[in-house]
Amino acid sequence: MKISTIIRVLVLVLLATFIVMPQVFSPVFAPLTRFNAPAIYTQTSILSLTLSHLAIVAVATALATVIAVGFAILVTRPFGEEFLPLSRAVANIGQTFPPVAVLALAVPMLGFGTGPTLVALFLYGLLPIFENALTGLTGISPSVREAARGTGMTGWQRLIGVELPLAFPVILAGIRLSVVISLSTATIGSTVAARTLGEVIIAGLLSGNTAFVLQGGLIVGALAVLIYDGFVALEKLAARRMGRA
Amino acid sequence: MIEIENLSKHYDGRAVVDDVTLAVADGEIAAIVGTSGSGKTTLLRMINRLVEPTSGTVRIDGRDILDQPPYQLRRQIGYAIQGHGLFPHHDVARNIATVPRLLGWDKAKIAARVDELLTLFQLEPEAYRHRMPHELSGGQKQRVGVARALAAGPAVLLMDEPFGALDPIIRAKAQEDLLDIQRRLGTTIVLVTHDMDEAIKLGNKIAVMSDGKVRQYAAPEEIIAAPADDFVLAMLGSGDRAFRLLSLKTAGQAVGPGPADGKPITAAASLREAYAEMLWSRREALPVERDGAIVGRVTRAACEAEATRP
Repeated sequence: MKISTIIRVLVLVLLATFIVMPQVFSPVFAPLTRFNAPAIYTQTSILSLTLSHLAIVAVATALATVIAVGFAILVTRPFGEEFLPLSRAVANIGQTFPPVAVLALAVPMLGFGTGPTLVALFLYGLLPIFENALTGLTGISPSVREAARGTGMTGWQRLIGVELPLAFPVILAGIRLSVVISLSTATIGSTVAARTLGEVIIAGLLSGNTAFVLQGGLIVGALAVLIYDGFVALEKLAARRMGRA
Repeated sequence: MIEIENLSKHYDGRAVVDDVTLAVADGEIAAIVGTSGSGKTTLLRMINRLVEPTSGTVRIDGRDILDQPPYQLRRQIGYAIQGHGLFPHHDVARNIATVPRLLGWDKAKIAARVDELLTLFQLEPEAYRHRMPHELSGGQKQRVGVARALAAGPAVLLMDEPFGALDPIIRAKAQEDLLDIQRRLGTTIVLVTHDMDEAIKLGNKIAVMSDGKVRQYAAPEEIIAAPADDFVLAMLGSGDRAFRLLSLKTAGQAVGPGPADGKPITAAASLREAYAEMLWSRREALPVERDGAIVGRVTRAACEAEATRP
């Protein structure tokens, strides 16, 4: 077994143990606390916060994927080409808008809770997926396109049977970027009462408890690294099937 | 039977194909030869409506190609292109099965057809059925590309520089295989090439194109013997005309009675090869062999008689 694999398995085991039984790690974090403050966050169970965090990211990314890939498909059809610059601009704006600002603007409309966070993550996730879907759909070799038309596939059959499968590894890379950004950005959602791992970090900041800040950050970081690796493995698998790896 | 009448294609007012009229009889191979930019590929692509004509008509077996939606038309016409265009995410069997699947054949029929074609193209079905395109050599990809084009048994096959990406030795083999398969299936073929040798070797008729116009459309013998204008002559290369004539006939066609010494030549070899062998081995005549038996001889005089201006 390679050393990198051993490290990944180790990180996964540590992460799972911490999420399920955080008290086990109490001695590790105790030196970081002062005045006998608790070393492990217990107001809400870490497990439920982690699941809620992942669920919010998953829903936001899924929505962003559907919309971004949908738009990429539209603007790469003959009838949608004119909208290519416009849709690029819209996705870019989504990316330049700070997530905190989106939260602040969304709260009056959606109220406190998960809603504003979903909106911010969704907008933030659009651009990487859109750009990659465009790259994937426009990067198909001309002779393959020609063959697809020449064999008598309809536009729909070309999209489903040829273009999307060939663009899939590139689209997947976009989703990976989007997921990793969202995992870290989601922590900000706790400022408007979304149930994410940000709650642990914010509690630490408010009470001056470095141990809380560190454990919140470590969980999010480990999740991001593992999920990133998972996507990379999936992309390699998809690309290898086509002899592109 | 393909009938092309007064076919033109204009881009921004410029004629890329200019008033072309020609017909290809059933079971014939028509080779369209020309320099790049001559409009030969555009002409080919109008037959299966990958390019829509500006004016003129194309009929296949009497039916106007505009009578049905383009995708339905294309499923009835084989199409093989340079660089093969195999789908990289599908294995060989699935690539070959493309058109039969679109036509909704049942699984057993498709599987049987795929194996039949693989065998026809000398690819062992067991070994190649499930390979991915990137696991094939250039020559194998090209064969799978043609097999895919022939999968649904089209009466007409269009080929756009199908051998352009192959090295000379594999190309010669691929050309012979194509002729062999075409004879067996009786497919009508329209083939685009920039290579006059290839056109002469494969074509029953040759259309020489330049600037969107067909300068001459005739049998290879006639093109060589009586080029219509200077462009056709230039495409032929005037110095090689005698040898091109020799390459049209086989030793079997020029065989005569009498003895000859040395290593025999097969009846299927061209007179060009026979003449070259005579020069090389300093012989006046070669024994001609057909199916393992000597059937006579071919002489220098016989070759020279075939090589003179008709």
